[in-house]
Amino acid sequence: MFARLGVAIWKEMVSYLQDPTTRRFLIGAPIVQTVAFAFAATLDVQNLDVAVLDQDNGRWSHELVARVDGAWFTDDIITARDSRELGELITARNAVVALRLAPDFSRRIDAGEPATVQVLVDGRRANSGQIATSYLATVVGEMGVELAARSSTAPVGGQPLLEERHWFNPNLDYQWFMVASLSAVLGMMMCLVVTSLSIAREREMGTFDQLLVSPISATEIIIAKTMPGMMAGYVVSLIITLLAVFAFGAPYTGHLLIFPFALALFVFSVVGVGLLISSLCNTQQQAIMGAFFSSIPFVLTSGFATPVENMPEWLQLVAELNPLKHYLVVVQGSFFKSHSLADVVANIWPLLPLALGSLTIASIEVRSKLG
Amino acid sequence: MNSAVEIRGVRKDFGTVEALKGIDADIPAGRLTGLVGPDGAGKTTLMRMMAALMHPSQGELRVAGHDVTREAETIHRLTGYMPQRFGLYEDLSVQENLNLYADLQGLPRGETAQQFQRLLAFTGLAPFTRRLAGQLSGGMKQKLGLACALMAHPRVLLLDEPSVGVDPVSRQELWRMVQELADEGMSVLWATAYLDEAERCDQVLLLDEGEIRYAGAPQALTERIAGRSVLVSNLQVDRREFLADALDQPSVRDGVIQGGAVRLVLAETEVSPELSALVAGAGGQLEPAQGRFEDAFIDLLEGGTLGHSAIADRMEPVAAERDIMVSCHALTKRFGDFTATDQVSFEVRRGEVLGLLGPNGAGKSTTFKMLCGLLKPSAGRAEVVGLDLRHSGSAAKMQLGYMAQKFSLYDLMTVRQNLEFFSGIYGLRGTQRRERIDEMVEIFHLAPYLEAFPDSLPLGFKQRLALACALMHRPRVLFLDEPTSGVDPITRREFWTHITGLVRKGVTVLVTTHFMEEAEYCDRVVLVNRSQVIALDTPDGLKASVAGPDCPDPSMEDAFIRLVLAQQEQAA
Amino acid sequence: MNSRRLRALTIKESWQVVRDPSSLLIAFVMPPVLFFLFANAVSLDLEDVALGVVLESTGPAAQELAAAYDATPYFQVTTARDRRELDPLLVRGSLRGYVVIPADFDRQLRQPFGAPRVQVITDGSQPNTANFVQSYAQGVLSSWYAGRIDNPVPLLSLEQRFWFNPELDSRRVLLPGAMAIVMTMIGTLLTALVVAREWERGTMEAMMSTPAGTLELLASKLAPYFVLGMLATLGCTLMGILIYDLPYRGSLWALLLTSAAFLVPALGQGLLISTLAKNQFVAAQLAVFSGFMPAFLLSGFLYEIDSMPTWLQWLTQVVPARHYVQSLQSVFLAGDYWPELLRNSLALLAVGVLFFSLTLRNSHKVLD
Repeated sequence: MFARLGVAIWKEMVSYLQDPTTRRFLIGAPIVQTVAFAFAATLDVQNLDVAVLDQDNGRWSHELVARVDGAWFTDDIITARDSRELGELITARNAVVALRLAPDFSRRIDAGEPATVQVLVDGRRANSGQIATSYLATVVGEMGVELAARSSTAPVGGQPLLEERHWFNPNLDYQWFMVASLSAVLGMMMCLVVTSLSIAREREMGTFDQLLVSPISATEIIIAKTMPGMMAGYVVSLIITLLAVFAFGAPYTGHLLIFPFALALFVFSVVGVGLLISSLCNTQQQAIMGAFFSSIPFVLTSGFATPVENMPEWLQLVAELNPLKHYLVVVQGSFFKSHSLADVVANIWPLLPLALGSLTIASIEVRSKLG
Repeated sequence: MNSAVEIRGVRKDFGTVEALKGIDADIPAGRLTGLVGPDGAGKTTLMRMMAALMHPSQGELRVAGHDVTREAETIHRLTGYMPQRFGLYEDLSVQENLNLYADLQGLPRGETAQQFQRLLAFTGLAPFTRRLAGQLSGGMKQKLGLACALMAHPRVLLLDEPSVGVDPVSRQELWRMVQELADEGMSVLWATAYLDEAERCDQVLLLDEGEIRYAGAPQALTERIAGRSVLVSNLQVDRREFLADALDQPSVRDGVIQGGAVRLVLAETEVSPELSALVAGAGGQLEPAQGRFEDAFIDLLEGGTLGHSAIADRMEPVAAERDIMVSCHALTKRFGDFTATDQVSFEVRRGEVLGLLGPNGAGKSTTFKMLCGLLKPSAGRAEVVGLDLRHSGSAAKMQLGYMAQKFSLYDLMTVRQNLEFFSGIYGLRGTQRRERIDEMVEIFHLAPYLEAFPDSLPLGFKQRLALACALMHRPRVLFLDEPTSGVDPITRREFWTHITGLVRKGVTVLVTTHFMEEAEYCDRVVLVNRSQVIALDTPDGLKASVAGPDCPDPSMEDAFIRLVLAQQEQAA
Repeated sequence: MNSRRLRALTIKESWQVVRDPSSLLIAFVMPPVLFFLFANAVSLDLEDVALGVVLESTGPAAQELAAAYDATPYFQVTTARDRRELDPLLVRGSLRGYVVIPADFDRQLRQPFGAPRVQVITDGSQPNTANFVQSYAQGVLSSWYAGRIDNPVPLLSLEQRFWFNPELDSRRVLLPGAMAIVMTMIGTLLTALVVAREWERGTMEAMMSTPAGTLELLASKLAPYFVLGMLATLGCTLMGILIYDLPYRGSLWALLLTSAAFLVPALGQGLLISTLAKNQFVAAQLAVFSGFMPAFLLSGFLYEIDSMPTWLQWLTQVVPARHYVQSLQSVFLAGDYWPELLRNSLALLAVGVLFFSLTLRNSHKVLD
């Protein structure tokens, strides 16, 4: 039995790895993707172009514009001549935010009266707009405090200030987060595509019948079929993890010995889903659709792009079935939060029932196709 | 213009492989020319070049007076081409396929209605215009393919093995249609592995290893072997054993089983003393037989095989522990409201060859799959070695060798890896495994292809590889689903040498085929039509059953066609 | 190009589409399901995030502020007296961050020139969430302060106005973008396998022996999938307006034009994959990796393109979804702004032409 299983596994690996295109893809795709996507994904805002309509053209308006121009988040100041042009700059996406300084801006400040700065934000880019506004608020706030100190009328106490401190990733380096997460996301997608096509391809090529009349059992077929996907997912994840540490300088603070096992369990649970898809599909086209159909929800509900907490309650419950969601916590914990064995186990155990469940259903499905 | 196609010093290389080695030939206009030759001879390459789908590496090729390299557009307009696997759109109806080709070929709009009517009448497809092409039988598909190729009155019609996988009834109709076209003055080139078809062509072009070995009337080639064909009947010994012994004699060039008799082609017109002795020893009667083109073909290419199979010789005889090896009883399979197999029952004894014959779509493959445990019967029982394979374990499956209809080995693994894999899952280990693989490589001449991928192999070698993979574990029961479909007569003979050799060791064989010549090799034949068994008898018995005043000496093909048509008439 | 042949091929392709359930499944079932998923799973509006509040002070103002954190829908608050209680929760991931209200909060608030300092500690292992926690914590603090009766009017203040999306509903921004991503996948998936399928079924060889040219063969593959794509687009639009309450401020023409321009490169990308890949296995891998991920990450749907490095900004130009996301956001939220729509449409067509010329270069009308 073990010898036969060995032959079956050997065959799966050879068929998968023999094609040089596949081998290049296995190594090349994660590297290219990591490099491209690591730099892409930040919800942070930099290099902002700010549109300004200075109707005051006075001392304090110049002072404010100069402060904004000098701020770290600003790239360029675009000056508008009138309101229409200011609006145009927003509509045409030349600027996400625009400042309008009323004609009486400097006069009011000099007179010690409260002055307002109007900020127009492009609502189509709500997130960037909000972040940009908060940056501007800081600049305006600081200037306000200085002006208040200058003026003699001392107010009672000041506005409370919020001091932030980010643990585990003090500078909020997005690339660290991104590459660490990509190791799980891309590994999962590769594993899913490879596994979901495996049985479907044999069916389409007619070789499945040839297998079924041979002494090999359904269990052996399934075990053998899990191997290329496991390997592909593992290799992709490992490459990206190494890139994260050595090329992007992300800290790896967790337990080095736990990680390989955690990754194996994750890949194993994804293979289960892939096999389930494969056993349900008759053609490769259907399998591809299946892989697409499942990998997108996995990515979206994993907390990779947006926080899990933002989803409605029912979807959070459904997301408990998402292996990626559980594993991302482990990845982040291992990279940044020096998770101990207990922490890893606490987060990863759901993968075991998930993997066993999907593999069981897949086996039943393959067996039922036999008769 | 007398030549439809002029071939002048045409060479074609694929990398380092020379597919065509500088050939010269003329294909006459207004005639039916057969293109024959063993697998890998370069027939398809030549066809594709004539259809202007490939350019010659060297030399000049003119079709209807136009150069294939420079005037591809014109050639696409003037020729009708039907590739080996004709690309009908299966999810389009018959009429929609016709419309598509009429538009693509630029048939004048005023003519379309008339042309459709003519082609539909010609092909007999008129009642099926609304049926999807995918739901047509194999024979009807080929007729539709022909109709599409004929759409714009092509000057030259190129048909690449149109009759592969087509049952004898449809094959006869297809042949009649093409002959009619040639009679009307169309230039037709018909590539085929069926030499009885080639025999009826006006002219043949015989291609071997990229060279032309013969060009001319088929009769002229048959003349060369006049008086060398003989039939040995009334044999008192096993005809398979007799054939094997006869083929091993140097004076015998070729031989096949014909029902209860054996047909031989001699090296000389004289019967050698050794052969006379052999015939006398077997108590047989030797009489002269009509020479056939196939005999001449084998003779010219020196393609006769040895009589003894090296695989069978090395095999232990199958223990006679049970007599009935395969049986099915009232086997029925329904797909929805369509019954694919209806109450089929038969038994196969140890050491017997049972042929499963029938038109396309009659239910042969379905029966096969149920026997192998690949399909669940709706009713009835199917047993191999007394077991239902769907529920039996590995031990039972070890007894079975299976060769599927569609080539089904792993295209992502090399020939060697395929052999290693199949020997491995059938539990062969270590030295034994190596020996069996080496044995198969040697016997099936696979050595040059070991590191190649199955896709790149000529069809004959693909089939050899598939047979090798099915035989390595020495199965006691062999299921062969159209094992020689499309392969040349030389390979086919080699296959049957092995099969008959194995049968003599007690292996049980179940085979489906469209080659009536192959049916002659069977001990008994089950004829299936429209999901039901319509006859079960020995080949000679089947032939005798249709003999009558209008057909005193029916061939197997006659028997097939008559029995099938008789049932259809009865049903109607 | 011969119009009769093109028409015939297009009709053929259309019949195949109509009779192939998988095409219809891709075009009519996948978009609503994916759209639904995007609408629910992707949101930038914080809701019920686990936040700790460490109340070191017993002063009334501090209590008030803690109550303010508790009252917002953004946070699910765990209160503690000592930050050491919350540290392990942060490590385990049960909290996304915590706010520390210091012991001298009330005193600082009352003192002239006092500056009470509130600390927010976030879980930086998820920088995006950390940012959200920080800015929402700031927001709660500011509005709490603004709501106090006895605070002085600040000398300088910011008055913000959000154009096109006054309620700042992130879904209104994300859904048009999600539509672009869904359509990218549909377009790519629809055509990624069509050429490979023709080869596998042997129909390609027969086609090539007819006078039909490569360009005609490829062009005919576009029309029916184009129609399917447009129908799917309209379906998504209706879903967005009727179910998710999206505003629609543009004209139908703008939507049709921009979607039509988008489908050219989207379908072209699929065709290119189809001709590049020898078999469906390779095609599938290419489709997954070149379809979804770039559209998701490099389109500006979620991540600001301006914040990317310059070389990457250039690369995003060939991602069709990048241009389509912008057009759709404008059509839904801002109305017809033709200079932008035209610019994006032209960019889309240019990318389409690029994909098509690559496809043509890779498909020959000769077998060897």
